[in-house]
Amino acid sequence: MGEKSVKKGVRELSPLDIYMLLPKTNCGKCGEKNCMAFATKVVNREVTIELCPPLVEEERYRSEYAKLKEILAPPVKEVVIGTGERAIKVGGKLVMYRHEFTYYNPPPIAIDVTDEMPENELVERVKKIESFTYNYIGRTLKLDMIAVRSTSNDPIKFKLTAEKVAGTTKLPLILCTFNPDVMKAALESVYERRPLIYAATEHNWREMADLALMYNCPLAVFSQGNLNLLSSLVRTLLEYGVEDLLLDPGTFPEDGLSETITNFTMIRRNACKGNDELMGFPLIGVPMTVWLKKDSPKEVLQWKEAYLAAMLISRYADLLIMHSLEGWVLLPNLILRFNIYTDPRKPVSVEPGLRIFGNPNENSPVMFTTNYALTYFTVESDIKSANIDCYLIVVDTGGISVESSVAGRILTAQTVADAIKKSGVEEKVKHRYLIIPGLAARLSGEIEELSGWRVLVGPRDSSGIPAFLKEKWPPKEI
Amino acid sequence: MEPEKEKKGDEVGAVIKIGPKILELLSKIGEIELENVEIKAEELEIWVPTIIPQVMPSSVQPTPQVVTAPPKVLPKKPKEILMAEFKPLTQTYPGRIVEVKLGATKAEGGSRGKVVKIGGEATPSFYLWEEVPPNPPAISADVFDMEVSLPRALKMHVQDVIGNPAEWAKLAVNKFGADMITVHLVSTDPLIKNTPPSEAAKTIEEVLQAVDVPIIVGGCGDPKKDAEVFKRVAEVAHGERVMLSSLTLDMADANVLGDVARAAREHGHVVLAFTAMDLNRAKELNRRLYEYLPKDSIVMDLTTAALGYGIEYSFTIHERARLAALGGDVELQHPTSSGSTNAWAAREAWMKMGPEWEPRELRGPLWETITALTLLLAGVDMFMMMHPAAIHTVKEVIKSLLRRGKTKPEDISDWITVKI
Repeated sequence: MGEKSVKKGVRELSPLDIYMLLPKTNCGKCGEKNCMAFATKVVNREVTIELCPPLVEEERYRSEYAKLKEILAPPVKEVVIGTGERAIKVGGKLVMYRHEFTYYNPPPIAIDVTDEMPENELVERVKKIESFTYNYIGRTLKLDMIAVRSTSNDPIKFKLTAEKVAGTTKLPLILCTFNPDVMKAALESVYERRPLIYAATEHNWREMADLALMYNCPLAVFSQGNLNLLSSLVRTLLEYGVEDLLLDPGTFPEDGLSETITNFTMIRRNACKGNDELMGFPLIGVPMTVWLKKDSPKEVLQWKEAYLAAMLISRYADLLIMHSLEGWVLLPNLILRFNIYTDPRKPVSVEPGLRIFGNPNENSPVMFTTNYALTYFTVESDIKSANIDCYLIVVDTGGISVESSVAGRILTAQTVADAIKKSGVEEKVKHRYLIIPGLAARLSGEIEELSGWRVLVGPRDSSGIPAFLKEKWPPKEI
Repeated sequence: MEPEKEKKGDEVGAVIKIGPKILELLSKIGEIELENVEIKAEELEIWVPTIIPQVMPSSVQPTPQVVTAPPKVLPKKPKEILMAEFKPLTQTYPGRIVEVKLGATKAEGGSRGKVVKIGGEATPSFYLWEEVPPNPPAISADVFDMEVSLPRALKMHVQDVIGNPAEWAKLAVNKFGADMITVHLVSTDPLIKNTPPSEAAKTIEEVLQAVDVPIIVGGCGDPKKDAEVFKRVAEVAHGERVMLSSLTLDMADANVLGDVARAAREHGHVVLAFTAMDLNRAKELNRRLYEYLPKDSIVMDLTTAALGYGIEYSFTIHERARLAALGGDVELQHPTSSGSTNAWAAREAWMKMGPEWEPRELRGPLWETITALTLLLAGVDMFMMMHPAAIHTVKEVIKSLLRRGKTKPEDISDWITVKI
């Protein structure tokens, strides 16, 4: 391993490497001023090479196009599951560690249904999966796919269930059975949705490969903990002509937890750092394997499934199949996924300055918070949902939260005093009372000294703002 | 016109403006030759240091190629599985994390029944095919020296011992399975009770007598007061190898860092060096501490932000720190500690959110568990935690992770057909 010439990693690639292979006509059809500007955006993965029409369409650029595709190809292949607007890109990872660039394509979370569920339960569960949402700092977090399991091993039942699910939701599907006849029955009905075929094994690989080719669907490869077999199957399937593969090396929830984590890590490292092309495919994690242990209480299994999913989000899963539909199980995972997949190149911050909520007047409260996006959006949503009329000064802390910026002395009495001045709030209100975050309480004395404003120490969490105002606003002196 | 003339001043990284035509030209000539080329101001900005090395290699010259198409042979589809071996990429690293011992037995000059060693790794976190880490990550349970307000899910497990740190410590060791105890002396805060150092030291003595595991001494965050308290505690806990949590650059600014570090060395203790998500500052603080303390007496706290409240920063800074340390950056070759109890700063950990998100009694500790596990996989060596279920789970996961090769993974091949 590692002796083959390793192709340029994403960080070593320069705009020039790309530019050299572009038409260099500066035609502007891509929407950029010139080819160099386009090349820079391509290197930063802000646009794809396909946005250059001459390159894609004209015969004379064919070899350049092919070369560009090759040098830009991520070490982990990007595979599309589903079609149209709801299609989901899986994999496409450029780096092993988040700080090396950024992680693309947050792992979709699929929730299971079976072909032995009563129809009303099936429809209800699918609708519940589809409508599961949580609003987090201005974004809607959702579930992404339905995994249809054949517990019956009956082609007719599986086909009918797949049809029913496809008719109920536009979410992409994963068809789960190791029996090619059962798989074929469902594929015949729903292949146009481009479901993921789960899965080829050492026993059924040829039949599954034929189905994948016949219906042009991505194919999962399952090898329980045996990475030599997994490599062999991938090699075989590639030779067979199946290109869109996903790998499931097995998720062992308990005795094999160590294997699970090391296998996922070894595979991803071989793909990203070792040029191991057989391992350069998206990884499927299946936290729902915890449900094989039927004698445990339900809550214990949900708990295990929850933290196993989280560990797999940190350790390279590109798709997760889960069973629990409980909010407390899924919420931390949806948020962790969102967090880990934010772009570390961009600070998560909002514009500093004055924000006006509702219709404040000269007696309305004035508060401040930091410009860390999470902090800001949390405060914003609390103010809005309580319909409070007020002024909020967003202090520039370089995108750091209140607690950390106080500890790191980025948020100081001086920065607060400066922000008050700059905000122009002094012309908008008659009073001079500033409500400060509870976590910045230790700055109160100094703020009063430097700004000339009286300080009211607000709640430590902004959910306490409405109650705080009810009790403390207006101050008696006004 | 030469690039040098384009630079404003001679600073490295000064920006010049170069049009694509120049680059095209360069690719043909193979050397930098910018005369007689019109520079258009609106064209792209490029950083000088990046461009020069990229232009030089002659390999970028296009090589004309005659493509002859071989006769099309349809690929033969394999009939059998084609064997391929998976060879995990293994690596050796120039650096290693120092091992830090917390607590001291009677023979070592203290009175602990158990000591805890952390650190010593020579690979990224749980790269077990390269090396099994010499010490399992450890867990310290949080105990407070006064009544504090806690979310219900936490309070229900400790309500009988709140305000009694010695009893609380016993409960955490005997019932929750904590490897260590962190006594947070929050009452010493001048803005709270301003408890004097002598009284704070008494609390630590009581806890040292109540349990026989290593003790971590948590301050109130006021650099001057913490320095006073730590010096006193260091004295009364002489030889016990407690960890003072934490020493900061603020202490350096207040001119008290040296005093505390000297006291730690004199009485044989460990210090936790805290910085706020900034590796350069972490290195700077360590450099200052090296003047007083041996390397194996320093643990780093690089800041733990809660899941949903910036955990990605903590995750990435720990991954970066560990990789840099293994890569040879000696100033980062220290074990790390995470204040995972910070998970409860996330409102989703404790807030009432409607029936579809209940029970909170599970959501909260799960929040703490996932915050800790995410950082465990980023390389953290010890965790300050609070909820018994979270402590239990993280301990179990660590145990399972270190069992590689010793137990057979369970059979999961039936997961598709399992009836739930």
